Amino acid sequence: MTIEATHASPTTKAPPGPPHPFAEFVSYFAANRGAMIGFGTIVVLVLLGIFANVIAPFSPIDTNTQAFLKPPVWQAGGVAGHWLGTDAIGRDMLSRLIYGARLSLLIGLAVVALSVTVGTVLGLIAGFFRGIIEIAIMRLMDILLTLPTLLLAIIIVAILGPGIVNALIAVATVLLPHYVRIVRATVIAETAKDYVTAARLSGASNLRLIVKEILPNCAAPLIVQATLGISTAILDAAALGFIGLGAQPPTPEWGTMLADAREFVLRAWWVVTFPGIMILVTVLAFNLLGDGLRDALDPKLKR
Amino acid sequence: MSHTRSLSALAILAALFATPVSAKTLVYCSEGSPENFYPGINTTGTSFDANSQIYSRIVDFERGTTNVVPGLAEKWDISKDGTVYTFHLRKGVKWHSNANFKPTRDLNADDIMFMFERQWKPDNPYFKVTSSNHSYFNDMGMPKLLKSVEKVDAYTVKVTLNAPEAPFLSDLAMEYAGVQSKEYADAMLKAGTPEKIDQEPIGSGPFYLVQYQKDAIIRYKAFPQFWGGKAKIDDLIFSITPDASVRWAKLQKGECHVMPYPNPADLDAMRKDPNVTVLEQPGLNIGYLAYNTTKKPFDDVRVRKALNMAMNKKAIVEAVFLSTGVPATNPIPPTMWSYNKSIKDDPYDPEAAKKLLAEAGYPNGFETDLWAMPVQRPYNPNAKRIAELMQADLAKVGVKAKIVSYEWGEYRKRAQAGEHQMAQLGWTGDNGDPDNFLNTLLGCAAAKSNGSNIAKFCYQPFEDLVQKAKTTSDQAERTKLYEEAQVIFKQQAPWFTIAHSVQLKPVRKEVIGFKLSPFGRHTFYGVDLK
Amino acid sequence: MFRFLLTRVSLVIPTFIGITLLVFVLVRLIPGDPIETMAGERGIDPAEHARLVHEYGFDKPVIVQYGLYLARLIHGDLGRSIVTHKTVIEEFTSLFPATVELSLCALAFALLIGIPVGIIAAVRRNSIFDQGIMGLSLTGYSMPIFWWGLLLILLFSVQLGWTPVSGRIAVLYFVEAKTGFLLIDTLLAGDIDAFWSAVSHLILPAIVLGTVPLAVIARMTRSAMLEVLGEDYIRTARAKGLSGFRVVTVHAFRNALIPVVTVIGLQIGVLFTGAILTETIFSWPGVGKWLIDGIARRDYPVLQGGTLLIGSIIMAINLAVDMTYGLINPRIRHQR
Repeated sequence: MTIEATHASPTTKAPPGPPHPFAEFVSYFAANRGAMIGFGTIVVLVLLGIFANVIAPFSPIDTNTQAFLKPPVWQAGGVAGHWLGTDAIGRDMLSRLIYGARLSLLIGLAVVALSVTVGTVLGLIAGFFRGIIEIAIMRLMDILLTLPTLLLAIIIVAILGPGIVNALIAVATVLLPHYVRIVRATVIAETAKDYVTAARLSGASNLRLIVKEILPNCAAPLIVQATLGISTAILDAAALGFIGLGAQPPTPEWGTMLADAREFVLRAWWVVTFPGIMILVTVLAFNLLGDGLRDALDPKLKR
Repeated sequence: MSHTRSLSALAILAALFATPVSAKTLVYCSEGSPENFYPGINTTGTSFDANSQIYSRIVDFERGTTNVVPGLAEKWDISKDGTVYTFHLRKGVKWHSNANFKPTRDLNADDIMFMFERQWKPDNPYFKVTSSNHSYFNDMGMPKLLKSVEKVDAYTVKVTLNAPEAPFLSDLAMEYAGVQSKEYADAMLKAGTPEKIDQEPIGSGPFYLVQYQKDAIIRYKAFPQFWGGKAKIDDLIFSITPDASVRWAKLQKGECHVMPYPNPADLDAMRKDPNVTVLEQPGLNIGYLAYNTTKKPFDDVRVRKALNMAMNKKAIVEAVFLSTGVPATNPIPPTMWSYNKSIKDDPYDPEAAKKLLAEAGYPNGFETDLWAMPVQRPYNPNAKRIAELMQADLAKVGVKAKIVSYEWGEYRKRAQAGEHQMAQLGWTGDNGDPDNFLNTLLGCAAAKSNGSNIAKFCYQPFEDLVQKAKTTSDQAERTKLYEEAQVIFKQQAPWFTIAHSVQLKPVRKEVIGFKLSPFGRHTFYGVDLK
Repeated sequence: MFRFLLTRVSLVIPTFIGITLLVFVLVRLIPGDPIETMAGERGIDPAEHARLVHEYGFDKPVIVQYGLYLARLIHGDLGRSIVTHKTVIEEFTSLFPATVELSLCALAFALLIGIPVGIIAAVRRNSIFDQGIMGLSLTGYSMPIFWWGLLLILLFSVQLGWTPVSGRIAVLYFVEAKTGFLLIDTLLAGDIDAFWSAVSHLILPAIVLGTVPLAVIARMTRSAMLEVLGEDYIRTARAKGLSGFRVVTVHAFRNALIPVVTVIGLQIGVLFTGAILTETIFSWPGVGKWLIDGIARRDYPVLQGGTLLIGSIIMAINLAVDMTYGLINPRIRHQR
């Protein structure tokens, strides 16, 4: 789920100058402090993810039998080298969190790539051909939207078996209806316009019409929805991990780490706190970025 | 609600919460909801706990032991050949009553007959009511064992067996043999609502059911006319709390008096808490990793031995069981008779393991799978975490193990079909006999036909010993045979024996006379509060 | 008007049939066998297994099973739980009030805080307060609530000891279930202590479940208010010399309410998703937890019936929101 219409107000007036779309976009975006913070955070996370094997002091799955469940270094009992402490079987928390960034970003991207691709295709088909196909597709999407997202995702994972790839498919399925709806709506709006009719009359093929004329018009709303979709994907995948149906141990996925940490709530705050903070920060960063993109890309919302 | 006001409201609530539970109400923080109130079709300890307070049985286990003592039967005679049991029933045993039903008679032989026939005779009108899967009755082999059950007079029942069976009385002391009221059953059948007897139970046990709310609470009251005398506590409450940390938090605050299955991680705090005693007793169980001995490379005993040496058992038990388990050497628990104390466990020695692997033709190790149960079991608090530790250890000798898990029912089925290479599983004993472990889990019969022997271990010298012991009646003789079988077990290494879990029960200091059951059950008759 | 209602309702029927089919197929696709799941370590004799499979009808072709299922559905029979052997409806109705009570309290929490905060943020647009609130609400919106719940338990229940850790009411209160809503039942029974106990048990779960809706409602209220405050009639009202407070509360808010109501309707599905997690964390005996347990035990009838009931309820609420919206705003009614 995303917030469908947020009217975050730009903090500064639009700068005077030539209204080249891209330059305008950049200046709008750069002026949005929240979006810049989100963007910066994501850059840091991406770097962490890419260079995880260089940055992380330990392997995420190596166990240190000398240091089970040790607190962070600044606390009494902390073990030097394990900056954020260790988990129940002696794995370094910091390293797991860093590798987790790689994993969560990949999950977010993969989910969104999957549902945007499938969603665009279904949406184009529904919007372009209309009739019975449209009804069938849109009814199915309505049904998917009616069932609570997590319940649906859980049932799908139960069918496919727990695991990171299956969790990814489940979350992608759950997000699908949003993209289908956006694309279909745009297609219907665009096909009614004169330029499409003109192109059609001049003998352009259906496929050509779709690719050349219609698809570019879906791009802006899709990008916004996709950015916000990454945050939803990361959150939902973590929720599945928390229920025990997402990534399986020893994979350092944040939600799975939290699920493992639940039994230590009363005595090891660090295993409970850090993965949650990582999830929150990452999701927040993508939401900030998505909001900023929407404001900058969607001129209708600029007031 | 303004912020400050809500805070003060919280403070008032906190004060309310500090008030202790009334003097004679015992609260047990149970781990889950019972399936229903008919023990004959129950399969989980959770359901048995909820039901054993309500029903009485022909005979009982003495609280805290495996000894059989009189229950509804005051005394019994056994024929010389051991096939005929005559039970003489206690007179004046009263039934509970509820809104639907007021009993008009005391418990008699008809009710005992009903207990047997409901589970035994498919033509009994109640056979299929609620469920026709009388799993413990079947598991204990009753359909094959029973020849006839006859009512001699109103207070005498004669049971004839097809063959002598020493543990027969123990079998009848188990929860599935709880006696329901025949009169109630008839009345409900007439009313067209037979399943009511399993939802609004009428028993003759020490407590009667007052209220049950799924996933929330079971409320009982002491039955004043109970044949053994009224319970010392007045009210018994099961506060259903699935999360172990939460159970502990509640126990700490005095919101409950007894809790099962503590989190190993919380034990230190529990032992330090002055208001809490942690009772312990080694359980009748074993958790193990079985190598599939019919599959390469585990058909080679050297590989099995090497892996046994590659894994750091001590570290595993410390990390996962903490103090709730003891490292296991033999396939039977140390509290069981015939446990062979002289056997030494395989040492943790990765270097030797590597050498042995090279000898077996795997100098660079191999790839394999490592199955882990998806659920917590009494003999294994966290199979996945154990698998992770094993995986890390095995990697050090070059063995790449992939952790595999399935949904629980599926897991056992696939493991029994032998689809795995290495799989964790375990066992909790039913009646305290070594045969229940060595033959059930490692015998040739169990290795075939999708049986419980998931190592698929069928080794003639071992099999001969176990079969001989089964037919021998002299216990000293049997002990010798079983001790020898354990030596062979260790040489052949079909399992990496992980641990025997210790039964731990944090109990508040004001609780008097709570006893641990060797079977891991919880009975509250006889328990008192300060 | 009648046509509008008719089209809306007729749209619901195929969706409903679609849900039954989808749920049926999905649930049947789940691997694993409920009978095996119940058997535990000891396993089950193949003959006995076959007999039980037959008894539950699992051996019939899937299409026949679906037909039988639909036929029973028409008679209002959703089957019996394989584990407890109670009817699905019975189990659902005994647990649903707990979920509703929790959800309503969460929604109330979200509304009572979200709407005023959103209004103030709009009125004081771009102030520190506005920016702070918008930042906080985006944080709330991004919150992994399963972690949020753990944190709150850690702080308020464990460290400070202010609220109970889990459950709906302290066990020493015996309240007869008349409505299933403990807040009402305790008052009906006249037991004030029990009422406060129920309230104290509700606080944390309601906050956890209400966090995301609160964030959404605050943002929605703010943007709707901004839009209305920019309209001519508000300027006119201001020019006429009406006080700022009066303009905001009477004129602007009333008009900003429509989009806010829609968002609340949309939050029902979100609430239920949250309820699954919240109930798991707080051991809240509601339908969310019931369904999760149903999956673990392969309790097909519970999964099918429960998902269907919840899907239908959400559908009904969406329909109701749709129709109210149509009633309030005639433009929508005449679109189709």
